Amino acid sequence: MSALLEVSGVSVTFDGFRAINNLSFTIGPAEMRAVIGPNGAGKTTFMDIVTGKTKPDTGKVLWGEKSVSLLSLSEAQIARAGIGRKFQRPTVFEDQSVAENLVLALKSPRGPLAALRFALSGPGRDRVLDLAREVGLSDHLARKAGELSHGQKQWLEIAMLLAQEPRLLLVDEPAAGMTGVEREHTTAMLVEMARTRAVVVVEHDMDFVRRLNCKVTVLHEGSVLAEGSLDHVTSDPTVIDVYLGRG
Amino acid sequence: MTALSSVDKYPGGEPSGPPPVRGSGGEGAEPPGSAALAPRSFLARNPSVFWFLAILIGFTALVTVLSPALGAEVISTSFIKTLGKTLCLCLVALAMDVVWGYTGILSLGHMAFFALGGYMIGQWLMYARTEEIVLTSLAGTPIPPTAAEVAQGVATQIFGVVGSSEMPAIWSFAHSLPAQLALVVLVPGLLAFLFGWLAFRSRVTGVYLSILTQAMTLALSLYLFQNDSGLRGNNGLSGLQNLPGAAQIGQDRLSLWFFWASAAALALTYLLLAWALSGKFGSVLRAIRDDEARVRFLGYPVEAYKIFVFTGTAVLCGLAGALYYPQAGIINPAELAPIASIYLAVWVAIGGRGRLYGAVLGAVFVSLLSSWFTGGRAPSIPLGFYTVNWVDWWQVLLGLAFVLVTLFAPKGLGGLVDMAQKIRTPDRKGAPLGPDDGALQEREAQE
Ligand SMILES: Nc1ncnc2c1ncn2[C@@H]1O[C@H](COP(=O)(O)OP(=O)(O)OP(=O)(O)O)[C@@H](O)[C@H]1O
Ligand SMILES: [Mg+2]
Repeated sequence: MSALLEVSGVSVTFDGFRAINNLSFTIGPAEMRAVIGPNGAGKTTFMDIVTGKTKPDTGKVLWGEKSVSLLSLSEAQIARAGIGRKFQRPTVFEDQSVAENLVLALKSPRGPLAALRFALSGPGRDRVLDLAREVGLSDHLARKAGELSHGQKQWLEIAMLLAQEPRLLLVDEPAAGMTGVEREHTTAMLVEMARTRAVVVVEHDMDFVRRLNCKVTVLHEGSVLAEGSLDHVTSDPTVIDVYLGRG
Repeated sequence: MTALSSVDKYPGGEPSGPPPVRGSGGEGAEPPGSAALAPRSFLARNPSVFWFLAILIGFTALVTVLSPALGAEVISTSFIKTLGKTLCLCLVALAMDVVWGYTGILSLGHMAFFALGGYMIGQWLMYARTEEIVLTSLAGTPIPPTAAEVAQGVATQIFGVVGSSEMPAIWSFAHSLPAQLALVVLVPGLLAFLFGWLAFRSRVTGVYLSILTQAMTLALSLYLFQNDSGLRGNNGLSGLQNLPGAAQIGQDRLSLWFFWASAAALALTYLLLAWALSGKFGSVLRAIRDDEARVRFLGYPVEAYKIFVFTGTAVLCGLAGALYYPQAGIINPAELAPIASIYLAVWVAIGGRGRLYGAVLGAVFVSLLSSWFTGGRAPSIPLGFYTVNWVDWWQVLLGLAFVLVTLFAPKGLGGLVDMAQKIRTPDRKGAPLGPDDGALQEREAQE
């Protein structure tokens, strides 16, 4: 199986502080991966690097069958290449309606002239309706996103991510601020998504990670401490020492 | 949209877990929420367009009927020019609203593009008109004048005032109306494109960008103040109210023609912008204004949008300037002083940024009020120990109004329309109301 994303030997330093240290990470085209690690381990920074927000000092980030380097691409180009991202804090366009948010995310040509010519087609409309139904926002399509509750904004952002049709999804703490039932729904959706695409989930909640039932990567001080099944990594003494022991 | 037709439905369809909230659409009925996505007519999406056009047409008809050109001496020719110029300023305010109110780029340089448009049309007006005068004065001589003699005569006439009798290279196309009209579009457009290319691609934003636009404006105006700039230094271009070849047509009729042209340009621009901004394009611009980093992660080339908007609005300003200055009659480098662009931002802020009619309201309200106060018609207020003379104090009043509007009524005059319609403002949970670059101009406007 060839890798969809291959990160190797990446390091990042912020004002002398090494946030990512010789990190290597690989994920296949239809794979679910959970990334765990204590606060400040570098999980969000890792996503920043893959999505082009932060440029690493050294290392390689290769993408897709043709092994394109992502380091020379802009954030927008990386997103168009098929990498979608959900942020730790829900970020939706609060001043626009739920429907407008979804249409913005919907896969379509992205240039200014294309946006001027854009008209929501039948299939596009169906897709937006499906997504809204799936995350329980059908009755809220006309409302401004800023009026939604915290949990609903999380759902909207997940729906926007799906609308983009990415090949790789980077999801930062999706279950934060959700109730038990909502967490289960999120788990089911993530598992479903990982059947056709790669999904990387950062999460602190161990029960949530257990339900994802996938390979786990433990980050610590900017590098990979352990990798394997949840049971495997949680029985690793070094992991227990730096992470679980403290929590 | 071809990409969408091949899109597969979300694999699996129904989620296995219980969804948090469900719409209550029955089987076979319209899917829940589809009303929010149903295609709506242009007018339904832009309710302000109907009212705007109706008022503009009514106003134009009224002014026409009352104009001296039709024999009614109710309003003077000079007042018709003032009204026509105000319509052009509305056009610039629309451009400013798109670039600032919608896209969040606080440009303090768009009046420079406006003045450049004026200079470009002014070159032709002045050249062609001077040529007529020179030809008439040479008509009495026994030998018909050669082309070189005519050109020399024109150059002496135009540049005598700056102590030169040579036609500078930038006047090469001044004899041709089509060429100068093309320059009305090209010069502001290319300058804006170049500026945008340099500034946006290096991700200059916020206050720093505003300062850069001011620097550009200042540099341009200082350059034009020089006598050897080729555009007659601080004398500027004059006599622009005289249309070449139309000497027998009186100013009363000409002023009405320009008024009509300004009204038509404003109406067309309003329609065009309402169309562009009510669709996905407008949605992307507002998204860039509120969170440009997030827009990048959706795959939109934010810099390309900014350059597009900055250049497009600059061209619009150039066209507005080309309509304005023939009505003003004169243009000089003071017209593109940095303060002019700051005033433009003040108009849009007072009118209400982020909505097209807000910009128009602000431009009309502030510029008419301004010409009333500074025209010496406002009665001075004697306080005994001091007399408030409005010519001096108007600026202070305007600066104060701007600060108050920014602090207490960020929606400006447009907020009054909301109140009238009882539109409930969304609870934004403390999020900012848009670009928060107001501080810079607050300070400058008070100066
Ligand atoms: N732009 C930045 N400038 C300076 N330091 C940064 C920057 N971004 C991240 N860091 C530092 O890098 C380290 C890793 O941060 P990161 O946000 O990746 O942690 P995390 O694993 O996502 O933590 P959490 O679980 O709390 O979200 C932290 O010590 C953080 O302070
Ligand atoms: Mg984090």
